[in-house]
Amino acid sequence: MITATPRKDLLLMGIFTFAVLTMPIWLAPIGASYPDLLQRFAIFGIFAIGFNILFGLTGYLSFGHAAFLGVGSYTAVWSFKLLSMSVVPAVIFGVITSGLFAVVIGYISLRRSGIYFSILTLAFAQMSYNLAYSVLTPITNGETGLQLSLNDPRALDSLVGVAETSGIPPTNFFGIEMSGYSGFYFCAILMIIGFYISMRIFRSPFGMMLRAVKSNSNRMSYTGLNMRPYTLTAFVISGMYAGLAGSLMAVTDPLAGAERMQWTASGEVVLMTILGGVGTLIGPVIGAGVIKYFENIFSAINENVLHGIFDFLPEVLQDGAVAVLSLFVGEGWHLTLGMLFMLIVIFLPGGIVEGFSRIYERIRNKNNSTNGKADAVGSAKVQPGE
Amino acid sequence: MGILEVRDVNKRFGGLKALDKVELDVEEGSVHAIIGPNGAGKSTFLNCLVGLLVPDSGSVNFNGNSLLGIKPHEINQAGVSRVFQTPEIFGDLTLLDNVVIPTLASRDGAFKLNGWKRADQDSEIIGRAEHMLEDVGLIDKRNMHAGSLSRGDKRRLELAMCLVQNPKLLLLDEPTAGMSRADTNNTIDLLKRIGERGITKVIIEHDMHVVFSLADKVSVMAQGTVIAEGTPEGIKGDPRVQEAYLGGAHL
Repeated sequence: MITATPRKDLLLMGIFTFAVLTMPIWLAPIGASYPDLLQRFAIFGIFAIGFNILFGLTGYLSFGHAAFLGVGSYTAVWSFKLLSMSVVPAVIFGVITSGLFAVVIGYISLRRSGIYFSILTLAFAQMSYNLAYSVLTPITNGETGLQLSLNDPRALDSLVGVAETSGIPPTNFFGIEMSGYSGFYFCAILMIIGFYISMRIFRSPFGMMLRAVKSNSNRMSYTGLNMRPYTLTAFVISGMYAGLAGSLMAVTDPLAGAERMQWTASGEVVLMTILGGVGTLIGPVIGAGVIKYFENIFSAINENVLHGIFDFLPEVLQDGAVAVLSLFVGEGWHLTLGMLFMLIVIFLPGGIVEGFSRIYERIRNKNNSTNGKADAVGSAKVQPGE
Repeated sequence: MGILEVRDVNKRFGGLKALDKVELDVEEGSVHAIIGPNGAGKSTFLNCLVGLLVPDSGSVNFNGNSLLGIKPHEINQAGVSRVFQTPEIFGDLTLLDNVVIPTLASRDGAFKLNGWKRADQDSEIIGRAEHMLEDVGLIDKRNMHAGSLSRGDKRRLELAMCLVQNPKLLLLDEPTAGMSRADTNNTIDLLKRIGERGITKVIIEHDMHVVFSLADKVSVMAQGTVIAEGTPEGIKGDPRVQEAYLGGAHL
């Protein structure tokens, strides 16, 4: 096990920041460097980082985090409509509102643990989804989804005297339009900040208490610690991350629909976290990236593309291969995702991060054994200590 | 007046009378052993002390305050720590973390949102925890996962987790069950050393060797009630105790 030190964490933070900011460059060869997808990487990265603070540390599996995503989106769009097209109030209000929602839902759901907690959160999310579709139509605009319109008051903007334009003005960050690469960099910087906060939490006494909840909640209360406020705080923090992700969705594309709250969206973030590595710092970000990338690549492939790939085969074989593989692409890309998920869970329960660390161990062991021949005594001394 | 006063505690599980008018006084600074045959209600009684079970009637006073009706973490914060029959430790965490958590709990209380500072840079806490691990002889294994320890080591770790909080009263539920003779003797030595710190201890034990080397006072329980109480020597010859253990047969 690698023990974390402030120096190593600083190094990790540096590498992470560099890697995220240069994503448009190093993702270009695999065709993933266009802004729309990059924005989604960052947004879902934030969502998964926050989810991991709850699920990875305390082990409480929430199945309703999409509700906070939706709340964040609706709040942000309302902020655009009523206040200003600036993204700053939109993001702040999105985070606050979803945090308040998380206090209520968390306070009730955390009365139970394990499967009952998951069911309660799922029930709350489905309730929110159905409310958004029906009763709350004045706020959510029902099936159509909440959209901007020319007649919106935008009180702050008119107060400051932003020049009227013929169309709906774009979302902006102090004048910088939040579309394309600037939108990505806005999301990316927020993800880096979110990652840093999550790292501080992981290394803090608070994070240690959350791990204690997961490890043995019984011992925790006989150690004089009150579990409920710890889990509730973790729940609210992760809800606020989800709200931030939701408001960023509205920032990059200013509309909000109820389908964002559907249980599939809650399930997706669970998949991302497990795929990347539950309870690891970097895992959820990797998981989010992999799932969004595969969604993008595989759903874009259609039968024509497959025919092109298998062009070299005789026609009978070609048709057969295409018929089978077309199930796994396009609309059916979830089938590929499901297979990938199964493989990971069966062979790498610790997710992609565990895969990396296994490879790292193997390389190190190989080096050790070659060094060992030259310096047998030295390595024999090292081994028991590890 | 004792540090722990138990008056007329009753507990029923359906038709079974698990505790029947239990009375107990524990003096401050003493080691009080509770012995008795299987099913006598010893563990049930201990569970009533830490808030795991609520007695049907009676009172439990610790330092003059009632322990009934308050939550387990509040009982611990009041100064009562417990070592369980099967070690309750944080199996996924390292030994150091296992001891750091109770250390933080005793310094910061039941809840403190301390989410920004690094735990591993808090030299006061780490120092106390490491010192405690040294005391129980586990310092070499500080970075191991607690779940991979042997049973004897897990017990010692749990003991360390309780001791690092400097409790006023330490409850031990069969601290040497399933241990080898050598491990048992180590534990006895350790407990004797703790005795020098003046922590009051209540020990439930089957092993008479342990009881007679540690206890100042012994209470014997049978069928949910305390049938005899006295010094270890006095208890040895008591006919009621022999009857409870041996069902009336005389040696």
